[in-house]
Amino acid sequence: MAAIVTFAEQREGKLRRPSLETVSEARRLADRLGATVVTVVVGPGAAALAAELASFGADRVHAFEDASTYATETCAGALAAVIAQTTPTAVLVPFTAMGKDLAPRVAARVGAGLVSDCMALTLEDGRLVARRPVYAGKAYATVAWEGEPQMATLRPNVFALGTPDGSRKADVVAGAVEGAPRARVTATHAAEAGNVELTEAQVIVSGGRGLKGPEHFHLVSALGEALGAAVGASRAVVDAGWVEHQMQVGQTGKTVSPTLYIACGISGAIQHLAGMSSSKYIVAINKDPDAPIFKVANYGIVGDVFEVLPRLTEAAKAYFASKG
Amino acid sequence: MMKIVVCVKQVPDTETRIRVAPEGNAILEQDVSWIVSPYDEFAIEEALRIKEAKGGEVVLVSLGPDRVQSALRTGLAMGADSAVHVKDPAFGSADTLVTARGLAAAIRTLAPFDLVLTGQQGVGGDNSQVPGLLAELLDLPQVTVAVKLEIEDGRAVVEREIEGAHETWETSLPAVISAQKGLNEPRYASLKGIMAAKKKPIAVRDAAGLGLDAAALAPKTKVRALELPPSRPPAKMIEGDPETQARELIRLLHEEAKVI
Repeated sequence: MAAIVTFAEQREGKLRRPSLETVSEARRLADRLGATVVTVVVGPGAAALAAELASFGADRVHAFEDASTYATETCAGALAAVIAQTTPTAVLVPFTAMGKDLAPRVAARVGAGLVSDCMALTLEDGRLVARRPVYAGKAYATVAWEGEPQMATLRPNVFALGTPDGSRKADVVAGAVEGAPRARVTATHAAEAGNVELTEAQVIVSGGRGLKGPEHFHLVSALGEALGAAVGASRAVVDAGWVEHQMQVGQTGKTVSPTLYIACGISGAIQHLAGMSSSKYIVAINKDPDAPIFKVANYGIVGDVFEVLPRLTEAAKAYFASKG
Repeated sequence: MMKIVVCVKQVPDTETRIRVAPEGNAILEQDVSWIVSPYDEFAIEEALRIKEAKGGEVVLVSLGPDRVQSALRTGLAMGADSAVHVKDPAFGSADTLVTARGLAAAIRTLAPFDLVLTGQQGVGGDNSQVPGLLAELLDLPQVTVAVKLEIEDGRAVVEREIEGAHETWETSLPAVISAQKGLNEPRYASLKGIMAAKKKPIAVRDAAGLGLDAAALAPKTKVRALELPPSRPPAKMIEGDPETQARELIRLLHEEAKVI
């Protein structure tokens, strides 16, 4: 029976959402192909995650429990071994920091074509066709594979999470990793608490030069906090040193696809638009009615961020308070 | 002494407005101004800093048509010592894996080396694949998305970015390490550097010379079509004083967009 292999990422015994999105997509494709979904998960407690993976559609889970933290070579060995055993038609990996690190290594090992950062996968005569952004979303490419396995990494936040079905069960196969990795993690330092990862956030509030100085950036953070959003920034303010570069949205920063993106005092340079224009809803707040950001916005407010942002924060707080 | 290889990709300037070529599966290169991929600048800068601290040499490798020589000259002007240009019409249809095979074959001719540096992604293709592909093809360890790099006693200590955290990695050398924004602030080439770069050697290698056969050059993925993104409907502009605008926006986000 044909198989689709996925790689699931866990941190401290918890599966990360992009991995569940990937299993969900594998399940949808497998149902149309009459294929099984085989998921690889690595690290202590891996086998215990099989039930959750099964509820999203995994038929078989290969659990490699004997590896302590993520190491590229260890995980590549585990995934490549399962690919060798199952000769899958497709291999799907989340396009996360871990997936970006892992998938190319495995693709080179098994000689597979790898298409990165897919936003949609369709089937044509039983073969995958991918749609993916290039030039940070200034254009979209339709890509097809030669031969198998067809390997793809999937953009977080784009593929729908399936409805978990607790009655589904998966076979659990214990695997063992081979050899010691030459490169390994020696320490992990969590970033400041509260700042949600941009690429996985449902709501993002971003600030730009319209804030006039780093001392005013708290107006953006406050709105972000009121909305439970991740906070981003334009390249201009990152390069000016107002905020850390991890917060940069755009062509040389992060490309994001949240449900809601609120751009505050951002004029909308082409590099910034490239990084956020695939957001579902875009709100632009800017003094200049001709700012390019309004061309991609669903809702626009022509106004001064210093006047609008505090009131918007209050209105958001009042809304959530009324909702309880 | 360290011998450091840096992979350089030439890409359209990030200001470029992308247009689709008549064949429908590539960009129109006419009027595009080409630059060194910004992440590769971080890689070049880091290589130069290591060389300045420990001595050694920096060799650039780029794959592409004749125009990529200007990207190599930019890196040489920053201070790299020599360059290899991998050029062959067979790479015209190269996907990421074929590109990595070409680069890996060129890098093997430079052995022994201590470190291979790349950008964490090439802007444009945005694949983030070449570092991992290269590491596997060269049978080297990899650390990707580095924001800090220290070389000590034949090992590298690397800080890399993941979602919501930084990790410290240790790796033996040689290794492939990919550079992220934040690693350093790339220098501009000085006039003296630009003059000196003109005399630095660029070796040209073709596929056959690198031992790549038809199977190695056969792409596994093909871009069928390239399109511009669908245009978005015009924005609904919210009028009124700031108080009214704020309340109206929250109402629309809840009732109309249903996103909060």
